[in-house]
Amino acid sequence: MTDPANESERDAKARRGRNIALALGLLLFVVLVFLVTIVRLGANVLDRPL
Amino acid sequence: MSMTSTLSQARAPATWQDYVRLLKPRVMSLVIFTAFTGMIAADAPIHPLLGAVAILCIAVGAGASAALNMWYDADIDAKMRRTRSRPVPAGRVQGSDALALGVVLSLLSVLFMAVAVNWLAAGLLAFTIFFYAVVYTMWLKRSTAQNIVIGGLAGALPPAIGWAAAAGSAPLDAWLLVAIIFFWTPPHFWALSLYTSEDYEKAGVPMLPVVAGAAATRKQIFLYSLLLVPLCLAPVLTGLGGALYLAVSALGGAVFLVLAWRVLRSKAGDAPKVRNDDGLYDVKAGAKDARNLFAFSILYLTLLFASILAERLVQLPGLA
Repeated sequence: MTDPANESERDAKARRGRNIALALGLLLFVVLVFLVTIVRLGANVLDRPL
Repeated sequence: MSMTSTLSQARAPATWQDYVRLLKPRVMSLVIFTAFTGMIAADAPIHPLLGAVAILCIAVGAGASAALNMWYDADIDAKMRRTRSRPVPAGRVQGSDALALGVVLSLLSVLFMAVAVNWLAAGLLAFTIFFYAVVYTMWLKRSTAQNIVIGGLAGALPPAIGWAAAAGSAPLDAWLLVAIIFFWTPPHFWALSLYTSEDYEKAGVPMLPVVAGAAATRKQIFLYSLLLVPLCLAPVLTGLGGALYLAVSALGGAVFLVLAWRVLRSKAGDAPKVRNDDGLYDVKAGAKDARNLFAFSILYLTLLFASILAERLVQLPGLA
């Protein structure tokens, strides 16, 4: 792995691109898990003993 | 390839696009199409978001098995013109990174499918990934000329996964769609291998033209086509396909048989192998018949599935 302190501009650009893609992928996954949870719970969330 | 260009390629940093390439996006798009057809053909109510998640899981699972394939087959890929620029053999992505990506995405896609959709769809997805990455890639591909016949099951399963995701079950009609892709794969792939067999030979992959010769391959292509065309008519009998499907499968099937017959009568695969390009389609004149069958096979399968989709989505009348 390239040392970030000594990497070339090309390497840094590629690394930044990979990190942004990974961040977007993780964000999409988190949003999907949230939405799926809401859909799967559906109206049941209101129909529980309090 | 010169030493200089090899070294400069080895030093090239991996971009995010290289990791996307590991997932074979073009294959992924075919998987999405057939899985979506299975899901719509199931005619079962599924929440649109859960349906989209199911398709996403199937696509990611297919991508994961492609990444595992690229990790394991880097040695073969490096020897073949068609595959040597892939990220791992080109040195842009390390094999261990491709392996890690494949394992992580396999687990994520199967578990998310289980949690969000249902366990049957998740189980079928897990089996598909296992079958492609382990049974086909690690075992069959290097050991038998029947590699793509048996291994084709992995590529055939997505409609059943899509069906199971929507309906929670996989009835006969779902397996008919699987069978159509299963029997379509050998003539489709062998037609391609008739004019790329020098690559497989160089890489030591026992594809049928390499092991049994071009004439035996042409015969097998025709025999599988004879099985495929009547099979493609079967959905009409079960009610899965309507009038549009009948027309497409009958007319397309007739064209398929004519093209397969021409391949049988041709010298495809026999002619001297001279080619200086990296393309799949620009081939020597002797292989024109094989190229035509290869190209039409893609169109035929696409039209078959598209007609089932159209009949469901536009509510076209059935034959019953």
